[in-house]
Amino acid sequence: MKTFYWLVKREFWEHRGGFLWAPIIVGVIFLLLNLMAVIAAEVAGIDHGIRFNVGTDNNAIDVMVNNMQSGHLSQVGAGLDIAMYSASGLMAVVMGFIVLFYCLGTLYDERRDRSILFWKSLPVSDTATVLSKVIAATVLAPAIVFIVGAITGLLMLLLYAIVLSFHGVSVWQLLVMGHPFQVIANLLGSIPLYLLWALPTVGWLMLCSAWARNKPFLWAVLLPVGTGVILGWFSLMGSIGLSSKWYWSHIFSRMLLSVFPGGWFGALVGQPGEHVDPETASSALTYLNLSNSYSVLATANLWIGVAAGVAMIAGAIWFRRWRDDS
Amino acid sequence: MNAVVTARSVSKRYKNTAALDDVSFQIEAGRIVGLIGPNGAGKTTALKAILGLTDFQGELSVLGLDPRKQRDQLMEQVCFIADVAVLPRWLKVREAVDFVANVHPRFDRAKCEAFLARTKLQPEQRVKQMSKGMIVQLHLALVMAIDAKLLVLDEPTLGLDILYRKQFYHTLLEDYFDENKTIIVTTHQVEEVEHILTDLMFIRDGKIVLDADMEAIGERFIEVMVGAERAAEARSLKPLDERQVFGKSIFLFDGVNRTTLDALGEVRRPSVSDLFVATMKGTYA
Repeated sequence: MKTFYWLVKREFWEHRGGFLWAPIIVGVIFLLLNLMAVIAAEVAGIDHGIRFNVGTDNNAIDVMVNNMQSGHLSQVGAGLDIAMYSASGLMAVVMGFIVLFYCLGTLYDERRDRSILFWKSLPVSDTATVLSKVIAATVLAPAIVFIVGAITGLLMLLLYAIVLSFHGVSVWQLLVMGHPFQVIANLLGSIPLYLLWALPTVGWLMLCSAWARNKPFLWAVLLPVGTGVILGWFSLMGSIGLSSKWYWSHIFSRMLLSVFPGGWFGALVGQPGEHVDPETASSALTYLNLSNSYSVLATANLWIGVAAGVAMIAGAIWFRRWRDDS
Repeated sequence: MNAVVTARSVSKRYKNTAALDDVSFQIEAGRIVGLIGPNGAGKTTALKAILGLTDFQGELSVLGLDPRKQRDQLMEQVCFIADVAVLPRWLKVREAVDFVANVHPRFDRAKCEAFLARTKLQPEQRVKQMSKGMIVQLHLALVMAIDAKLLVLDEPTLGLDILYRKQFYHTLLEDYFDENKTIIVTTHQVEEVEHILTDLMFIRDGKIVLDADMEAIGERFIEVMVGAERAAEARSLKPLDERQVFGKSIFLFDGVNRTTLDALGEVRRPSVSDLFVATMKGTYA
């Protein structure tokens, strides 16, 4: 266990830039953009004589907030929650790319720079090493992203609260309308699901990384793309019954795109569990909540992916043990 | 029996060439063995087989373990430095020590830090900021702090300047080696290791062509400097090699009676590099 902890830590040391700094930079940019938007809105407001000021006027914000019905208030709260999600969502997209390239490089780069000979001089099994890399990609990376995302979201709420307080709206009145802790719990709670969902992609990328003599990226991408194109061509000719659309959504996307968090929502479409109408803000939130996310556990899509992922990771372990080219 | 490594008919083929061709040998504990051979002779393959980094045919036992099946256990007892540039470039000195200290059960942190204190390495320094010599110092400090039974060195001083090379072997001999440890080293810089070796193995085209301890080599191989007038007589004794220096001929003999040779001229012990050159004649032809 101690060895495993240090192995994951080692991955963090090596990839601090992608795992830690990338989400922080995205967060800072996100906050800056929000700040710029707020300033632009304030300036526009002054220029066009729109009054954000406190007053008896019905258009004044404090009056608007105070006059809101409880139903509207919950809509405002949901809007705030969505705003909080949006920070993490942006980072999650960036993280998808980082995890993709991490998995693709991790077992290849150590062979190319021959540092594998150093790691292999230590009494650490190949299984433990490869699994530590899987955990770094599927648990460590999203954990950092969601924590940084939550902090960014909270800072953003604080930013808006402070701005609105200049217009006479109470900071706390606004903040209690949202459910920041529920949002954070939701994000962190989805990590185990992310692990399961991302396994086929992580497995495929790491298998290519452990196996390819050179250019793992080409293998990892060209093989599935090429298969899809050929299938598409055959189905165009009408010679086989298999639709290439099925291939792209069920094989290709699971092989390469499942490192992007939230991909499981796509798998829920058309499932019997899908009972939420993502029209209004608050129902969109219900859509995002854990019980809805985890209903993907009932789909064969997820578990077939897990099985394929485990098999490919086992293959990657075998190649790391026996590949002899450094 | 106290063998650290026992190889019986070990073979390894890469596509068309045999990197190891039915090799058998035994290495005893407490020895420093030089595995010497030209490029592509199979030195690195032999080491990789011992370390369980490659598959092979035949039987190989290292410290009583099969390197193919029991590699993870084996690596607790075996250390290796595979040439200079295998430490990852992003690694900091502090991280390297922390990591090895926490994954290696036989690592002595205090010892490692004492070795590092004798160098210019700083805890926050990264491998990519170091010279080759400094990288080797770091690697050596890590390895020497591990209480291993077998140390395998594959061209450990390649590309280092002479100060680092001398220091490397000096440290190894003074602060690391003892009768419970065994070292196997491959190198091209034969002159620098010949004084520390206890055993010599020459490998050529995947075969062990010489396997003897240094004393036996001193008895078996003799170099004689012979004047021109007796050169023909010397040639009749079938020397391994002949070269000319200052109008005299230097002959290298294998297993010829010493008293016979004493009569011919000035007798001396051949250097390992002369022996190597004579043994490997025609390798690249």
